[in-house]
Amino acid sequence: MTRKQRRLALLGAGLGVLGVAAALILSALKDSIVFFNSPTDIVDKHIAPGTRIRLGGLVSPGSLERGDNLAIRFQVTDGNKAVNVAYQGILPDLFREGQGVVAEGALDGAGVFKADNVLAKHDESYMPKEVADALKKQGHWKDDYDKKTGAAAQGKAR
Amino acid sequence: MIAELGHYALVLALGLALVQAVVPLIGARNRDPALISVARPVALAQFVFVVLAFAALAACYVRSDFSVANVFENSHTAMPLVYKFTSVWGNHEGSMLLWVLILSLFGALVALFGNNLPSTLQAHVLAVQSWIAAAFYLFILVTSNPFLRLADAPFEGRDLNPILQDFGLAIHPPLLYLGYVGCSISFSFAVAALLEGRIDAAWARWVRPWTLAAWMSLTVGIAMGSYWAYYELGWGGWGFWDPVENASFMPWLATTALLHSAVVMEKRDALKVWTVLLAILAFSLSLMGTFLVRSGVLTSVHTFASDPTRGVFILAILVLFIGGSLALYAWRAPLLKQGGLFAPISREGALVFNNLFLTTACATVFVGTLYPLALEALTGEKISVGAPFFNATFGPLFVPLLAAVPFGPLLAWKRGDLLGAAQRLLAAMAVALIAMAATFAFEGPRPVLAPFGLGLALYVMVGAVTDIVERTMLFRAPLGVALRRGAGLPRSTWGTAFAHFGLGVALLGIVGETQWGSERIASLKPGDKVAIRRYDLTFEGTVPRAGPNYRELAARFTVRRGGEVIGVMEPAKRTFATRSMTTTEAALMRRGFSQLYLSLGDQSADGSIAVRLYHKPLVLLIWLGAVVMFVGGGLSLSDRRLRVGAPKPAKAKAALQPAE
Repeated sequence: MTRKQRRLALLGAGLGVLGVAAALILSALKDSIVFFNSPTDIVDKHIAPGTRIRLGGLVSPGSLERGDNLAIRFQVTDGNKAVNVAYQGILPDLFREGQGVVAEGALDGAGVFKADNVLAKHDESYMPKEVADALKKQGHWKDDYDKKTGAAAQGKAR
Repeated sequence: MIAELGHYALVLALGLALVQAVVPLIGARNRDPALISVARPVALAQFVFVVLAFAALAACYVRSDFSVANVFENSHTAMPLVYKFTSVWGNHEGSMLLWVLILSLFGALVALFGNNLPSTLQAHVLAVQSWIAAAFYLFILVTSNPFLRLADAPFEGRDLNPILQDFGLAIHPPLLYLGYVGCSISFSFAVAALLEGRIDAAWARWVRPWTLAAWMSLTVGIAMGSYWAYYELGWGGWGFWDPVENASFMPWLATTALLHSAVVMEKRDALKVWTVLLAILAFSLSLMGTFLVRSGVLTSVHTFASDPTRGVFILAILVLFIGGSLALYAWRAPLLKQGGLFAPISREGALVFNNLFLTTACATVFVGTLYPLALEALTGEKISVGAPFFNATFGPLFVPLLAAVPFGPLLAWKRGDLLGAAQRLLAAMAVALIAMAATFAFEGPRPVLAPFGLGLALYVMVGAVTDIVERTMLFRAPLGVALRRGAGLPRSTWGTAFAHFGLGVALLGIVGETQWGSERIASLKPGDKVAIRRYDLTFEGTVPRAGPNYRELAARFTVRRGGEVIGVMEPAKRTFATRSMTTTEAALMRRGFSQLYLSLGDQSADGSIAVRLYHKPLVLLIWLGAVVMFVGGGLSLSDRRLRVGAPKPAKAKAALQPAE
């Protein structure tokens, strides 16, 4: 082979691998990404039961209930709407009422969010960015929204 | 006073960096030896001043000087001394100081051991190194000054984040930074080559040891971080494609590719332009890693308090260096002369194959990590890209690479014999097939990936050994001859074998942990039992204890196997009063290369306690594999060919860093 042909062969192989990678990426992006939603999004968007999503917001104070066999129920709110979450397992150390949380799972037929993963954070003053943004968005969207909670939430977000 | 001295030293370092960034360049342009010779002493002095700044901050920490805001926020008098010291980099400001400390250390090493470099090349390298240093000094001084004082010194500090109060903090960040910043040397060499418009095989010989050192640090740094997260976070994960993990994984992939392409360049004078690009990309990815972790633009389980306002500054540095170097590359790379020819089936061809797949795999990780950011910026839609994405993209690209790994060393330069190599790998393939069949027979078709992964891992491991067996003629010649031949092999050959073997070992661990691991979650009262695999654990009760700056509630479990007591596990919950934060201390029990992993959840009102129990088969191999890779890198680094300025004969020199 001449130098030119070799370079073309190399280029072809490279493009081939890149093409395969691009195809893999595109198919994976279609199937395996998870959208983030605030409780308001969930109520407004009518997300179909069974779709995997992430839910983020604050754990409503006083909503945490522990059942048998490590069953846990709590409510996640963004100050506007609230969604009931059911989870079975061990909650992360930094899970507290009134604190930010991100849960991954899907809605069931009754509108309860079945979480299979509640995300832990390393830092007690750290608010998941999505949660902070969602709260800010709610704060801006709704003028009659309880100012005090909103301010506290935004203060935390910083 | 000490803090002010530290601050002052850092300002002086910035001044020196600015001198070093400009003067040697002018010298190299005008061929003025006097100006060129400025670079070396200044690089050394710069290092000395950064050491002073770092030592000053460390002194403030060790003496618990809470009038320094940074110490107040991250330290506490009751902390053990070792954590007081490691707290220096357990926060944003201090970790950036560690970053520049390592950066200036590398600059000083180039100045010290770079005697054999052409003087203009050394001047260029040191100048480029100083551009980076100056940018980061400025970043620290302007946005993240660790030496700021508080008007009223508090009596007590706010304590370090309890999760960071661990020996892992002493090891993981410094090693990872050594790796990140080590990439800056190959970057500086690449930019210097572009500035000079000249590059040859000798360039690769100078760059390779630095890349190798950076790669070794990255390898163990990542592995240490993974093990730390594994035992500290309490849910037994050793890595799950979190953005912050990806941020360190991408430079690792890129430096791995760079190592291999530098071999081709050194031996065959080919792939020059590509190697330069890889050197630029590797450091760009390291910079990006720093940016992603430090700026808080990504949501990650590993994110510690971060400040987005600083992100803009780092972003500017990022754009400047990545954009600038790539623009320079586009402009100057065509000047670099093309290299030699080789057939597709050859050692060079195999290394190109390696590069192709490594960089493509790296690109998929890049897309997966940054796609959420891009999508949010464009549409406002928030998504998370998790493990399924990476398994579906990275996996299929990495499998052919793994299959090709044993072939590389068996192929000759210029023109290789694929069939011959395949014949020599028959043993490896046979072992893999037998293992696959056996797994299939004993474990059944589920989990479906397990037999395949196991076979692949064994194939890579045996394949790595095959190369050594072939070269030493083990089993064919008398043992004495084989041993002598083995001792006579170049160290880099041993290094390759070790690194490839380590890759197989790590893969074996990953397959074992992901495919055969099991998990139990239970709520237990004293006297209750929980079983996993062939182990029975009995909950005996809880014991309260006190540590230096925390209280803990330990739960005692007796572990039995087949009715026989084999040990006790005591996971605990620690409460740190200062931050009113609770951490989970998992208990680990090693069984061969496998582990039992037990961590605690909450205690309910009726006295029962939630526990999470894992059986993790072969999990230790994941990190052991990384250590074997590290050893391989070390062997390669100690190769005489790299240590001395070839083609000159050995001029034995007790140099730590081989860059001549």
